[in-house]
Amino acid sequence: MLDISAVLEEIQASPYEEIVVSAPHSGEIIFPEKLFPGDEVFGPSGTWKEKDGDLLATLIRERNPQPILCPKKGEIVVVHRELHGTFVQAGTELIRLRHFLSREEVVRLILKRALHLFCAPERAKYYFIPSVDIKIKVSGPNVVTIRDGEEIFIMSRMKRETPLRYSGPEGVIYAVYFSHAQNVDAGQPLIGVCPPYMVKQVEEVVMRVQTEWKVRE
Amino acid sequence: MEIEKQAQYLTERLSYIRDIFGNKHNESVDLLASKLEDYRRREPQFTLRERRAAVLTLEDLFDFVEKRLETELTPMDMVRVVRHPHRICLRDILENVYDNYTEIGSKDEHSIDPSMVIARAYITRRRGKRVINQSVMVIGQEKGHGEEFRNGGSVKPWGNAKALHYMQVAETENIPVHTYVFTPGSFPIEETPGAAQQIAANLYGMASLRVPIISTISEGGSGGAEAIALADRRIMLSHGYYSVISPEGAAAIEGRLQPGERAAPELVETCAGRMKITARDNLHMGYVDHVIQEPCLGARPYHYDFFRTLRQEILRVTDEVCLSVRGFRPFRGIALRSRRKRAARGLDFEKAYIRWSLAPSEQIRLVNKRHAKYRRLSLSVVPDRTPFAKRVSGLWQEALWGVHSLFKHGLLQRHQQKFTEYMDEVQSEWVLFFNRVLAPWRRLRNRMTRNASRISMETAKQLTELSEWDDNQEQRGGNWAYVSARAKEDRAVTCPNSRIHGCLDLWAPDLYGEFAGVCTNCGHHFPMEYQWYLHNVFDQGSIFEFAADVEASNPLGMEAFESKLAEAKQKTGHKSGCMVFEARINGTWLLVAMLMATFRGGSVGAAEGEKFIRAAERAKRKRFPLLAYVHGTAGIRIQEGTNGLIQMARCTMAVRRYIDAGGLYIVTYDTNSYAGPVASFLGCSPYQFGIRSANVGFAGPGVITETTGIEIPPHYHNVYKALARGHIQGIWDRREMRFNLSQALLTMGGRNLYYR
Repeated sequence: MLDISAVLEEIQASPYEEIVVSAPHSGEIIFPEKLFPGDEVFGPSGTWKEKDGDLLATLIRERNPQPILCPKKGEIVVVHRELHGTFVQAGTELIRLRHFLSREEVVRLILKRALHLFCAPERAKYYFIPSVDIKIKVSGPNVVTIRDGEEIFIMSRMKRETPLRYSGPEGVIYAVYFSHAQNVDAGQPLIGVCPPYMVKQVEEVVMRVQTEWKVRE
Repeated sequence: MEIEKQAQYLTERLSYIRDIFGNKHNESVDLLASKLEDYRRREPQFTLRERRAAVLTLEDLFDFVEKRLETELTPMDMVRVVRHPHRICLRDILENVYDNYTEIGSKDEHSIDPSMVIARAYITRRRGKRVINQSVMVIGQEKGHGEEFRNGGSVKPWGNAKALHYMQVAETENIPVHTYVFTPGSFPIEETPGAAQQIAANLYGMASLRVPIISTISEGGSGGAEAIALADRRIMLSHGYYSVISPEGAAAIEGRLQPGERAAPELVETCAGRMKITARDNLHMGYVDHVIQEPCLGARPYHYDFFRTLRQEILRVTDEVCLSVRGFRPFRGIALRSRRKRAARGLDFEKAYIRWSLAPSEQIRLVNKRHAKYRRLSLSVVPDRTPFAKRVSGLWQEALWGVHSLFKHGLLQRHQQKFTEYMDEVQSEWVLFFNRVLAPWRRLRNRMTRNASRISMETAKQLTELSEWDDNQEQRGGNWAYVSARAKEDRAVTCPNSRIHGCLDLWAPDLYGEFAGVCTNCGHHFPMEYQWYLHNVFDQGSIFEFAADVEASNPLGMEAFESKLAEAKQKTGHKSGCMVFEARINGTWLLVAMLMATFRGGSVGAAEGEKFIRAAERAKRKRFPLLAYVHGTAGIRIQEGTNGLIQMARCTMAVRRYIDAGGLYIVTYDTNSYAGPVASFLGCSPYQFGIRSANVGFAGPGVITETTGIEIPPHYHNVYKALARGHIQGIWDRREMRFNLSQALLTMGGRNLYYR
């Protein structure tokens, strides 16, 4: 049995995600002059993420300068400045930054560890079967208990609609990770199932995160 | 009680004066404030008589100071007058100038667009004992004394569409249209029908509206004003402004400000002065016909005398327009002269009746006069450096073409066409008859020679072997006649869509050479030089440029602009941003007006407008199709002020004349095309095409967000979105432009095209 409190403590011990920015292809690397460890950098912004993130480095290949932009908001940990002006191979680590987790990200992380995730077998659109769909729409997903081998999804692809059976431990649907008429890639989670005895514990932890987690500005 | 009201009224007058003069310190205003304060302090000790005397003295002082302040008004103060919520608005005019009115399609905020008010109104006049109600269609923007739902008079595209609709209703009913311009500018959204497209449609419609249009301008902000301001007579209120851009916008450009930054008040003040936006300036430049003097510091709803003056002026001008197209010229002239004299002596126009409905011949004369009037505007600011001899020979040639066209297309071709049709009929009959008669003989011959029939070697080769690129075909196998200078650089280029479509880097010599600037993976079109089109779209050596000596100038004498203009001329080797030429595509002659993005961003000023009009007129005279190839345009040239803005109306009218005469007008947008030109002479074409990856719209994303607060999704102005919204009619690949144009010439519009 998973100790959720332990998971939370583990996250609290290192409340960030470390992102390694590496060279997408080979080329000469140039770092901006004013970029040092400890600096705060921002990822794409705007309603449609249409504004680019901060410039982390420029990679020049065949006289074609390519900007390497910050993928997520965070704090610079390491800048491999010794590579400045040198030719690097694809995959070389350039910058390491820490992205401090938000409440939603922590909750998502805990749920992914605590719940049994049922993943999409192939890229398709997924729907709940009508009886389950109605229950979820009326009272939320937490009221639906499912067991191994139960038919709960309709997988819709190329105009074919195939029923899909759930496989895994019995439990209630705690989280739904797909939305209506949206394609889900193979391997992506569709639902998170929680054994009935753990529901209360999960809810408590989620509540604790929502109230106690201090977001680093 | 009465005295208290008067004192309160004086306080309001003082606060109005303070609003008008903004943050500027003025001793006269301080004097008024201290006197009023003094009166307030001593008021309780006064007797009734003393109080009345003190208020009267104060009123006199206010009148005196207001008169003095009137002489100190700067252009920016006038802008503040016009924007003040106490400024008269359209509903005040409807109440006070017209005798009765019915608002059409709106009741306060319940309207398709509350910022556009349309009303059927009448003015009562007397002929002897008879009372006559003369109907008019009143159309105008409504600012509504600061009512929020009026949007400050910033009209949405559907509001302008409604205005056009009711202008057409007025045309059907044969009643004059009175428009009142109270707008800071159009609401710049692209939702169907689209700000630019609708303004273009309005201008195109008004160009030949067969009823008198009288326009009165109070706040004439750029394209929004143009949407209803194209008129036979334009009146301007003395404290109004008429400008291509707001002084703040001009200051932002002048000061090179980033979005969100505010210009310094001094810079705004200077720009307002330089742009020549006031009524007096516009009268001097000839873009308005009359100026109506307002009371000191601008007209407010309680200035009833002003409304009477306005009413008299509106009556006089409407009469004048109707009389100017009526009857024989000598009588018309006498009538007009006599009325002008009598107006100066104080003739009451309500007691003099002139019919406002026009007979068909008068309507034609009216439209012709309107076109002639606009054709003459702004000519004085376009220096034409064509040598005298060349100019004379040009005029002579034009006259010859006119005669030639009249004979060839007007007389000869009409008969020739009839003869050809008749001959076609005869030939069809003959072929049918001949086939019937010879049928037995052919059958016999076929039977005898069946085995002998052989396909020639040439045909067999064509049918069985792979075809090869021919250099004259549409894509020339990548052997383009012109190759960009960028193809000489040894470097790689990344496609902007590489993150989405995974496009690989392209080698510049390939991309700008063989691929004609098109990404081989996603089809993104990188911008190319206009020379690429000149050499690869039209037949080799067929380009003949004319009017090359018409030169862009700096009519407002803007500082630093002179040197920028000279720099652009030197860089491009052209004297203006518009190149007009004759060219051939597969042997078909056409006239092309090209706006070059490299010359001051392709902005359109008086010179560019004049050249475009000359191209349209030449196309009309020679019966050639007209192509507007927009390599890129940033809009109307701000530095030319109203001289540039008026080109919207002038060029649209030239297009209207050309299309009405039976021409085919095609527009092709490349790279980025925005603002005034798209909202007028480009947007009014029934056949508009976009080169892939181009952007077409009214205002850029930054301007939209700043003025409306609406966030604009990426690629909002992309041609595909423009096509989906119905603004353009198709999207062309750059490499197929020659083929598509050639096909368009053969399949689209225009009854007078010579090659039909």
